[in-house]
Amino acid sequence: MAAGFWDYIVESMPSILEGLVYSVKLFFLVGIITLPLSMLVAVAAARGPKWFKGIYKVYSWLFQGSPLMLQLYLAYYGLPFFDVILPVDFVVITVFVLCFTAYQSEIFRGGIISTDIGQYEACQVLGMTKVQTMLRVVIPQTVRKVLPSTCSQAIVLFKDTSLVATIGVGDLLRSARALVIRDLRIDAFVVVLVIYLIISSILVAIFNKMEKKYSIYV
Amino acid sequence: MELFNYILTIMPMMLTGLVTTLHMYFWSAIFVIPLAIFFAFLKVSGPRPIRWILNVYTWAWRGTPLLLQLMVAIFGLPTIGINISNKFAVAAVVFCLNNTAYVTEIMRSAIESVDKGQYEACQVLGFSRVWTILRVIIPQSIRIALPPTCSMMINLIKDMALVNIISLMDLTRSAYIISNRDSTISPYVIAFIMFLLITSVLIKLFGVLEKRAMRYD
Repeated sequence: MAAGFWDYIVESMPSILEGLVYSVKLFFLVGIITLPLSMLVAVAAARGPKWFKGIYKVYSWLFQGSPLMLQLYLAYYGLPFFDVILPVDFVVITVFVLCFTAYQSEIFRGGIISTDIGQYEACQVLGMTKVQTMLRVVIPQTVRKVLPSTCSQAIVLFKDTSLVATIGVGDLLRSARALVIRDLRIDAFVVVLVIYLIISSILVAIFNKMEKKYSIYV
Repeated sequence: MELFNYILTIMPMMLTGLVTTLHMYFWSAIFVIPLAIFFAFLKVSGPRPIRWILNVYTWAWRGTPLLLQLMVAIFGLPTIGINISNKFAVAAVVFCLNNTAYVTEIMRSAIESVDKGQYEACQVLGFSRVWTILRVIIPQSIRIALPPTCSMMINLIKDMALVNIISLMDLTRSAYIISNRDSTISPYVIAFIMFLLITSVLIKLFGVLEKRAMRYD
């Protein structure tokens, strides 16, 4: 590493940290909206009316079959052609939520349909309503079953937040690239690599703990 | 009708982009499975220092975003004196190493899921260690690892969209340039449809492959 690595890092830290805050914010916002939304979508797709199942199929094909980056480009560069001018953050969050809901609802749906049909019948015999059956019997089991895949999806989400750098939003990666190109030094990339590694390792550790805790009853 | 004619005029450029994307996909994908099988075996039964290196490799490549890895290779390496003029090759290597890290982990857990008793049985039968691995363990592990590996390969084609940031004329880049030049959204829509078609074809293909591999289960 070139001389003055630490001085350089300290000097460029504010702009890297600013990017980090944006990435973390985006991660939490998208996560918080995606989880309940995909549960709703999954319940409707598994037990809902036929027309919804049809729409769901097309939706998940569109969003799972194309690159997230292209979806971002299409929304970000495409909407202005229809005179739809929206705040960038709004567009970014919407695209991320739509894309990750497509993946997550498929995971939840798999969990819901794997619940034995006998359990629904048992609930009916016990006089539970459909909503009660879902909320108290099916969903708690589903959440436990799908925890591992949901956790790995969350790690994918955190890494994918870096894509916003390509449409000019100031996330972690964008700040680093700007520094590298301005100063022709690789140091900022090294710092960002380390930050991503630390955060994804922390996420993996937390999720492993969670999986251990909740897999007791599976 | 006007739209149709317009699409016809931009089609050659879009198709050139598509060819670049598929070309990149081919070179990124072709080495993944052999490399991953090799690495997974070293991880399970290689010497300790190699195991340690491979652990760091899979941890680092799976823990950071692919886009960042690409940027480090394309914009970062030249600043420390490593200048490789062939951007296409650099990108293909990054894609390959990234995907291999994931598939190595998939293969490793598949190998570890093969029962210990089988090793013992092979020993009793007088098979050498290499023979055991090649003829008994690998065929079973591949079958177990096939579904997640297929979904990694489908992810890889979607990752190809990232190529555009290094200004190679791939599908996404062509769409971006035409869209800027002509102020229209249609190139993006075409690129979107092309990706949908490719992933759908790949999903069908891998589905057939998985069915064939599972016929003895």
